[in-house]
Amino acid sequence: MADKPIQGEKRMFMTGNEVCAYAALAANVDVMYGYPITPQNEIMHYWTRLAPKHNRTFLQTEDEISAGFTTCGGVMSGKRCFTATAGPGNTLMQEAMSMAEMMRIPAVFIIQQRGGPSTATVIYSQQEVTMTCFGANGEGLRVVYSTSSHQELFDYTIKSFNVAWKYRFPTFVLGDGYQAKMRESVTIYDPEVRGIKMVDTYPLVGLPGMPGVDRDPAHLRNTYNTEEELYEVVKDLVDAYEKMAPEIVEHSTMECDDADVVILCHGIVSRAAIEAVRNLRAAGVKAGFFRPITLRPFAKDALRPIAEKAKKLLIVESSQGQFAKIVTDALYGLTTPMETIFKPGLGITSDEIVNKVKAMI
Amino acid sequence: MSKLVKIALAGEGGQGVQSVAEIITEAANEEGKEALYIPNFGVEQRGGVSIAFVQISEKEKVGSPKFEKADIVIALSDRAVRRCAQYVDGNTVFVYDTAIEGVEDDLPKGAKKVIGIPAIETAKNELHPRVFNIIIMGAVIRSTHVVSEDQAKKALEDRLGYKFEQDPKLRELNYRALERGMQLVESQL
Amino acid sequence: MTVATVLEPKMPKCWRQETKPHKFCPGCGHGDILKALGTAIDELGIQDRVVFGCDIGCSLLSWDLFNCDSIQTHHGRTTPVMTGVKRARPDRICIAYMGDGGGYAIGSQHLVNAASRNEKILVIVANNVQYGMTGGQMAPTTLPGMKTETSPYGRDPESTGNPTLGPEMVAAITPASAYVARGTMANLRQLTQMFKKALQNQIDGNGFSFVEALSACPTNWRTNAAKTWEFVEKEMTKYFKVGELKAPAKKEGQ
Ligand SMILES: Cc1ncc(C[n+]2csc(CCOP(=O)(O)OP(=O)(O)O)c2C)c(N)n1
Ligand code: SF4
Ligand SMILES: [Mg+2]
Repeated sequence: MADKPIQGEKRMFMTGNEVCAYAALAANVDVMYGYPITPQNEIMHYWTRLAPKHNRTFLQTEDEISAGFTTCGGVMSGKRCFTATAGPGNTLMQEAMSMAEMMRIPAVFIIQQRGGPSTATVIYSQQEVTMTCFGANGEGLRVVYSTSSHQELFDYTIKSFNVAWKYRFPTFVLGDGYQAKMRESVTIYDPEVRGIKMVDTYPLVGLPGMPGVDRDPAHLRNTYNTEEELYEVVKDLVDAYEKMAPEIVEHSTMECDDADVVILCHGIVSRAAIEAVRNLRAAGVKAGFFRPITLRPFAKDALRPIAEKAKKLLIVESSQGQFAKIVTDALYGLTTPMETIFKPGLGITSDEIVNKVKAMI
Repeated sequence: MSKLVKIALAGEGGQGVQSVAEIITEAANEEGKEALYIPNFGVEQRGGVSIAFVQISEKEKVGSPKFEKADIVIALSDRAVRRCAQYVDGNTVFVYDTAIEGVEDDLPKGAKKVIGIPAIETAKNELHPRVFNIIIMGAVIRSTHVVSEDQAKKALEDRLGYKFEQDPKLRELNYRALERGMQLVESQL
Repeated sequence: MTVATVLEPKMPKCWRQETKPHKFCPGCGHGDILKALGTAIDELGIQDRVVFGCDIGCSLLSWDLFNCDSIQTHHGRTTPVMTGVKRARPDRICIAYMGDGGGYAIGSQHLVNAASRNEKILVIVANNVQYGMTGGQMAPTTLPGMKTETSPYGRDPESTGNPTLGPEMVAAITPASAYVARGTMANLRQLTQMFKKALQNQIDGNGFSFVEALSACPTNWRTNAAKTWEFVEKEMTKYFKVGELKAPAKKEGQ
C-alpha cells in the first residue's frame, strides 16, 4: 500500500485505546466494525478519525451481535477486519465468536475488560477471562493474548492479525479498562521496519470464476447431521489447534530459578507483581514471577517444572478465580501449596502482593 | 526528584485537574522520563469528584496504574479533601486550597505535611480564574520536581501555542500562573 | 429554558424525595421527561401499581428516581423485561424507559416484536439523537451531517442511512388498539397528556403504547441553554414531527 500511516517508528505518549487504533492502522486493517461500550469507545473514536485518511472504513452496527457477525462477514470476504468490545458486549459477541471457531474465521477481537457480572462497572476487571477463552458453546479454540502495557497492546494487536490469518483461529487481544484509559509511553512503528511481514489475506467467498464450472462453489457451513460427523469435524479442529499451540504459546518469567514463592498472574496485574518481586528481592525474600502471555493456548509445559520446584505459589487476579481455574487445570497432580489474592473488579497494587508473600514465608 | 513520584490530584468537574495531569505527564515524557496517568471514570462521574492518578519515574516503567498511598495529594474542593484521605500516609504531603470551607476537621492527621495554599484566591484576584489549574500545576512541579520549569513551559506552549499566537498576553498570564503556583508552595515545603 | 423554569418548583408526588436532586446533568432532557411521566402517574393515581423499568444509557440514572418499584435492566433489554413482568402480573402497569440507542439500535428487535404482539406495556424512548452515557457516539437517530464521536466528519446518510423514525415505524406495525405518539421536552404539558393517554391505554387493556420524547443532551452536544433549546425545537423537529400518530377511540369523559 502506497500510503503508510506510520513511517518508521516513533515514541508516543497516549491512551491504550489510541494505541489499538494505531496498531490496527499499522497492521493494514481494512475495516473496523463496532458498537459503543466503555471502556473501548476511543478505539472507535480514533479509528473513525484516522481511517478515512488512509482509505479504511468503519461501520457502527446496531449492537455487538451484529458487530461480531459483520466482522466475520468482512473476514470471509478476504479483508483484514476487527472489532472491539467489553463486558456485556463481549457476552453478546460470543455467538459470532463461536461461529468463528467452528468455521475457522480469522477475525480479531480486542476486549477491554470492565467490571462484571452484568453492567457492573465501566472501569476495570479481569473477569472476562473465562468468557474470552472459553465462551459460547465451543471448545475454546481461540488464541488469547493478555497484554500488560501499551507496548504490548501495540505489538500483540499487530501480531493477532498475523496469527489469525496464518492459523485461521479467532484471535483476541485481552486488555482492560486501565490499559484502555491510561496514558504511558509507547513506541509505534511500521511493522516492516521491524521485519514483520503482514500475512496475506484471501477471500473464502466471492472468488473469481463461475462456480460449478470454473471452480467448486464455496459452501461454508457450521451445521452437521450426525453426532459422528460433528465429532470428526471438532476432532480436526482440536488437532489443528494443538498442532499450532507450541508454535505460538508465550509466557514470561522473572527470578523463578531459586524462588521460594512464585507469583502467578496475567495482564496488567503482572506490573504490580514485577514491582513486588523487585521489592521482595531487595528485602531478601526469594520471590519469582510467572506470567502467561497467551491464556489460550496456555504455557503448561513451561509452568509445571517451575511450579514443582517452588515452595509455594501465589495466584493473583482481579476476578474470583477465573485465572486460577486455568492454572490449577495445568498443574493437576502437583502438590505445591497455593494461596490466592482474588479481587473481582478491583485493581491490585504491589504492596498487597508484597505483604501477602511476606505472610506466606 | 526521587526515583518514583506518585501524585493524586482531585477536584470538582470544571477545575481542570485532568488537564494538569495530562500536561505534566506529557512534559515528563518529553524529558525522557516514564510517566503514567489515569483518570478515575465511571457511570456516575457527572457530579462526582474528579481524580487524576499520576506516576512519574526517572527511568523504570511504572508498575500498577493506581496506587494505595501518594507522595503528594492535591485536593481542590471539600469533597476532594474527604475523598483523598485514603491516599495519605506518613510520607504524604497534602496540599489543599485555603478557600475551601468547613474542612478543618477533615484534613488528614497522619500526613507528613499539610499545606494550605490560596490558589483559588490568587487566580481570582491577581491573575484570571481561567489559569487556576496552571497555578496548581506550578505547585505540583515545585513540590515534586517531576519536571523542570522550562519543560513545563514548553509543555504549555505545545498545548496552548496556537492560542498564545493569537494573544501573546495569554502566554504571559499562563507563565505567571505557573510561577505563582511554584511560589505558593515554596515557602511551606 | 423558560418552559423548564415555569414547571421547575413542582416535584411530582411519586418522585422519591430522598434521591433528589436527580443525577442527570444540568439541562438534560431526561429529568424533564420523567417529571412529565411523574405528573401523569400522579394524575392517574397509579403510583402503587407501576413497575418502572429503565435501560442502560443515561436512563439508568433513574433507577431510584421514583417511589415506585423499579428495575434497572440491560442496555436494550428493558422492553422484554417489562413484557415478562406484565405477562406474569397483568394487574401491574409496566413502563419501559430507555434512550434512542437502547430503543432503536440494540433493542430494536424487542421493540418491533413487542409492538407486533401488541404487548400491553408502555415503552418510552427519550430521543437525544446520540449515545449520551457512552460519551456522544452516533445513534440511529443522529441527524444528517451531525458530528458525533463516531461520525467525526458528520453523519453521511449515503453510508449510514437516515434518522430512524420510531413512532412512524411502530404505528405501521401495530393494530388500531395501540397508542403511538411523539412528544417533546419543549412542551411538557402536551407530553404529560400523551403519557396519560398511553398509560390509560394500558390500564384499559387495549394494547401497546409507545411515546418518543425529543430530549436534550447539552453535555455531549456541547451547547449552552439557548443553543440546546434551539436544537430541540428547530433542528430536531425538521426530522421528527411532534404529535399523535395513533390514538385508540376515546373512552369515557376525555
Ligand atoms: C450490551 C451492551 N452494549 C453496549 C453498552 C454500552 N452502552 C451503555 S449506554 C449506551 C448507549 C446509550 O445511549 P442511549 O440509549 O441513546 O441513551 P442516552 O444515554 O443517550 O440517554 C451504550 C452503548 C452496554 N451497556 N451494553
Ligand atoms: S450525558 Fe447527556 S443524556 Fe446523559 S445525563 Fe448528561 S445531558 Fe443527560
Ligand atoms: Mg440517546
